[in-house]
Amino acid sequence: MKLNHIIEKIPMRVQTPASNLSVEVTGGYISDLLSDVMAHAKKGDVWITLQIHQNTVAVATLKELAGIILINGKQPAPETIKKAEEEGVPILTSESTAFELICELCKLGISGSR
Amino acid sequence: MAADNTFIQEYSIKGWDFTRAGEASCEIKNILKQIGVSQDVIRRVAIASYEAEMNVVMYARQGTMRCEIDTTKIKITIEDEGPGIADIDQAMQEGFSTATPEMREMGFGAGMGLPNIKRNSDGCEVTSVVGKGTKVAMSFNL
Repeated sequence: MKLNHIIEKIPMRVQTPASNLSVEVTGGYISDLLSDVMAHAKKGDVWITLQIHQNTVAVATLKELAGIILINGKQPAPETIKKAEEEGVPILTSESTAFELICELCKLGISGSR
Repeated sequence: MAADNTFIQEYSIKGWDFTRAGEASCEIKNILKQIGVSQDVIRRVAIASYEAEMNVVMYARQGTMRCEIDTTKIKITIEDEGPGIADIDQAMQEGFSTATPEMREMGFGAGMGLPNIKRNSDGCEVTSVVGKGTKVAMSFNL
């Protein structure tokens, strides 16, 4: 499923309008530890996290993640948005908790199976 | 293989510069993609080089990342000027970290860096002199 279809179904705000929202989402991963994401996230995953700083963008780029979703109403730092737009990494924000958001993503068929 | 068939590229890494952290690893990844290295090797190089680069950013004053590619392997050597590691065996253990609370808040310092490097490379050697710096040499078979 494409990221922009997910955005139509689940209330989220797009923080990086210049990024590619038609990217294919093939799965998801949740973690606030960057090394854990480096080790275990897969290409095409959407990454759910509380981390708002710009180093998330390098991780998403290296792992070729579909995008980053910040939860609990967290807002990305301004330099994070700048870096994400440069690298073309979509950043979305959600008011939901991680658990609520994952339940919604599962209903759309986004799975976390490895 | 003759030495003149080796592609060599070197990058400098600045300590505590979180704005550029990860750029060297991204550039290496792009080179590997361009020359058609397999996805599995690219994935492993990206994980290991990123971890090594972040160790320099977090702990050292400065460092270099040297990437050498020949027909049989990729060698990546990260050398820094920094505090060094007193007990390398301990540092290689999963979960061991000397990261500050600030680094941990940013999601670093999980104690997964060196173990991730070891797990994803085909060869990995860490040498260090306390007070001088650390060298991580890793290789990946092609």
